Amino acid sequence: MTIKLGVPSKGRLMEKTFDWFAARGLTLRKSGQDREYSGVVEGIDGVELVLLSAGEIPRELAAGRLHLGVTGSDLVREKVAIWEQRLGEVALMGFGGADLIIAVPQFWVDVDTLDDLDAAAAAFRSRHGFRLRIATKYHRLVRDFLRDNGVADYQLVDSQGATEGSVKNETAEAIADITSTGETLRANGLKILSDGLIHASQATLFKSRMAEWSDDDRAVMARLEAMID
Amino acid sequence: MTVKPTLETNRLLTLFQEHGAQVVHADILQPAETLLDLYGEDIRARAYVTSDPLRGEMMLRPDFTVPVVQMHMDSGADPARYTYAGEVFRRQEHDPSRPIEYSQVGYELFGGHDPAEADAEVFTLISEALEGTPLRAATGDIGILMAAVRGLRTTDDRKSALLRHIWRPRRFRALLDRFGGKTPVPATRAALLAMDDPMAKAVGEAGLRSRAEVSVRIDALRADAKAPPVSAEELDLLDTILGLRETAPMVLSILRDIALDLPAIDSAVSQMARRLDALSRHGVDVDSLEFEGSFGRTSLEYYDGFVFGLYAADRPDLPPVATGGRYDALTAVLGRGRSVPAVGGVIRPGLLAEIRGQA
Repeated sequence: MTIKLGVPSKGRLMEKTFDWFAARGLTLRKSGQDREYSGVVEGIDGVELVLLSAGEIPRELAAGRLHLGVTGSDLVREKVAIWEQRLGEVALMGFGGADLIIAVPQFWVDVDTLDDLDAAAAAFRSRHGFRLRIATKYHRLVRDFLRDNGVADYQLVDSQGATEGSVKNETAEAIADITSTGETLRANGLKILSDGLIHASQATLFKSRMAEWSDDDRAVMARLEAMID
Repeated sequence: MTVKPTLETNRLLTLFQEHGAQVVHADILQPAETLLDLYGEDIRARAYVTSDPLRGEMMLRPDFTVPVVQMHMDSGADPARYTYAGEVFRRQEHDPSRPIEYSQVGYELFGGHDPAEADAEVFTLISEALEGTPLRAATGDIGILMAAVRGLRTTDDRKSALLRHIWRPRRFRALLDRFGGKTPVPATRAALLAMDDPMAKAVGEAGLRSRAEVSVRIDALRADAKAPPVSAEELDLLDTILGLRETAPMVLSILRDIALDLPAIDSAVSQMARRLDALSRHGVDVDSLEFEGSFGRTSLEYYDGFVFGLYAADRPDLPPVATGGRYDALTAVLGRGRSVPAVGGVIRPGLLAEIRGQA
């Protein structure tokens, strides 16, 4: 039996993940041709590398089809209900940092906090006849956050990309999105609410509590943890 | 497996029909928009949303109240009594042990000229329907809390904000703390208010929320900053009401004392007294009836008056077997301008069967 380790299959996230493991004596690489999504792990026995989309890794961990996986902590919280019971954090990897935030147009000089957003939403609804729209792809995280903070009279509209443009395009009045430097937000005339940080995300190595862990698997995991500690 | 207690369901439906209720049905798939507009985006976490290519988003009914109110508002009989039975569906994001589907049997009473009598009728009938099961009853009255808020010596904007968040206890508390001067004004707001012309900074208008709307809100913030804080005495009175947990007659006497300082709650308190009299006439032992000032503030329904829950006395681990209350405001929202006094309650026959050892 082997432990299955899921790693993002392309881009900077894959490269940084490979670097992170390499710095700990583990070589991860794609096997065969560049376009092939299978890989090998050198430096430890009993670990199998699976390359897949970062967005699918949370689901595969929750289903127990991966023992370990590298993905953004935001994606796990968004996609896996009661994630703490089904997954465990093995290591915060210190890259891929991005904040999930709520942003509103800069010219809303009257709105700086969630309290302001709630009041603006109430007024907006009574004036326009529909709930203030917040564009996002992080539906669960945003909804939980706004409920915990008692914001009402808003609606979430799905936006899978170019979310920062939603306000200019009049498909939403505010947005909830991931940002690392805030540059795209500013370029689109948006500002972050001062208490609008929903989650500070970073690449994280997760383990699945739902996967089958044989005694051999646990022994491999113990060796792996000793190396990355 | 879901318990489908047909026997209990049929018994309850028959009982409610014997009390003059007409049997009504509701579609399992309800248009999502109505429920979303009513409960807000939060309901997506508690109800199953699906979609139809022609009708758009639909929801597996999370309760019967909304479709029954809509049906009644279209028919308009007065008074009208309805009963219904069927499954409701509740999405569970946090607790896998909670049921996602269970049956409800309900009794709803619209109209009539004596709300106290109507409250008592529903409470008594639901209690009678559960006879033979040792129960603990909890009651409350959101109408008293709302009257207290309306009676605060403060601005209408503040009262509206508080009333809007009656069903969100944390936000309600945060607003009270701010209006009472307990939490400081956020630094950015203080800075904004200190500017001569904050609108000068409002450049780069984008989106549907207009410059005029920003300006209106700044005026509202200015007015709010000028308004004196809600007095410590009034905050104490509200806290007393929220913290009430006594027998109903004891609560009534405390509320009558509070009404001396907060006369705005007079009519709501008198209403409670009439309700207790009516309950007593219906044979309810009101002397031992529990009353909680905050009861019903976190339920799915938008109750705005009398509220109650009936719990299995020896099964504190279970949710209430029956819940109900008055929801006049809901009929106004769904009635497009018209409103009708309405009170009702639902029983969970599955829980009843479980308690009675029939499951």
